[in-house]
Amino acid sequence: MDQLYAFLQQTGIANLSWQAPVMWVVGCIFVWLAIKKNIEPLLLLPIGFSVIMVNMPLGGLLNPGGHDHPMGLFRFIYQYGLETDVVPCMIFLGLGALTDFGPLIANPKTLLLGAAAQFGVFAAFFGSLLLGFSIPEACSIGIIGGADGPTTIFTTVNLAPHILGATAISAYSYMAMVPIIQPPIIKALTSKKERGITMRQLRPVSKTEKILFPLAVALVVCLIVPAATPLISMFMLGNIMMTSGAVERLTKTAQNDLMNIVTILLGIGVGSTMLGEVFLTWNVIKVYILGLVAFSFSTAGGVIFAKVMNLFLKEKINPLLGSAGVSAVPMAARVSHKLGQEANKKCYILMHAMGPNVAGVIGTIVAAGIFISLAK
Amino acid sequence: MADVVAPMVGKVTQILVNAGDQVNEDDPVIMIEAMKVEMPVVAPEAGTVKEIKVSVGDTVEGDSVLVVLE
Repeated sequence: MDQLYAFLQQTGIANLSWQAPVMWVVGCIFVWLAIKKNIEPLLLLPIGFSVIMVNMPLGGLLNPGGHDHPMGLFRFIYQYGLETDVVPCMIFLGLGALTDFGPLIANPKTLLLGAAAQFGVFAAFFGSLLLGFSIPEACSIGIIGGADGPTTIFTTVNLAPHILGATAISAYSYMAMVPIIQPPIIKALTSKKERGITMRQLRPVSKTEKILFPLAVALVVCLIVPAATPLISMFMLGNIMMTSGAVERLTKTAQNDLMNIVTILLGIGVGSTMLGEVFLTWNVIKVYILGLVAFSFSTAGGVIFAKVMNLFLKEKINPLLGSAGVSAVPMAARVSHKLGQEANKKCYILMHAMGPNVAGVIGTIVAAGIFISLAK
Repeated sequence: MADVVAPMVGKVTQILVNAGDQVNEDDPVIMIEAMKVEMPVVAPEAGTVKEIKVSVGDTVEGDSVLVVLE
């Protein structure tokens, strides 16, 4: 009888906390969103499943490890993959190998729009401080407004790892919702005539320019914001691998196989931070609301800045390029293009919008570097 | 008479007119796809389709002529 009692004591059921079943439901919602709604499935599926698994009592996936016990599998992935920045930086290698800076090089003015669309980062930062978050937490929440998943993870792991689950999920879910969040804000700030402004086709960009660009940007960013060096280095290495055409095998690996491997590790790493006892607090809801504030202000900041630029430009730019500065690549550029076409059938700004879109990625990396160097 | 030109680099996915067809200004003439966005290329002004210069599946450069109008 005693043995039976001892056995029962060691089952998961006997050790269940109230938070665990709630987190199973949260995990199931992510899995459902990934499979049924096709919302960022590459991330939400592994994250959601990991959330369910780490909340299994006595499962040991997060064991810290010691003399007699090996480290838990998910903790291992988190500790050596995410805490060391390896995984988010490797994702950036792949992103670099998939990014075409051509539209930005052809129209360097759009770099300013990529910077203006970081407005939400700072708005959410101050909003977070007002809601009682600490400075490192506020930096991690603010960076959600950059609409860049790996950068959000990089910043949070460095500054406030205890809220990683909340910031990562907030960033990725709002990125998937860019086509819903942005249009009403843009329409409120622009007239149909402004949205229909047509733009001259972009000039062709030479291979030499495309090779020199990542080198030049990496140099400038690293010198000004050294804390951004890991992200920008990997991003630009990936990019120069692709643009040079000299290492096709490596480029293909970075774009596909390596990217897929690190994406799985990223999903598990983020999911493993979502332990019920840590995750189920009011702060998570606050992070979610602040994330939306961040996205909205970034969109508005970009559009307003584009309109201000038009006061000084002889050849007007379409203000929709401003909202594309939100670096959700290429969703934000697609939204701009679609709204442009709605306003004027002869308005084709998809490629133009890619300029501020990729500039936004650089802008978010710079913002993250500033935050990390100031708050750490 | 202005021709229908590609607004950007892309791939032709559909041709919506035949030689001899009448088109009005802003009528979609050709569908092209770029970065997974499919978009109509519209006639810059009304006219008759004289020649179609591309076929479905062709990759076109920006500013290249797709359809000649007269």
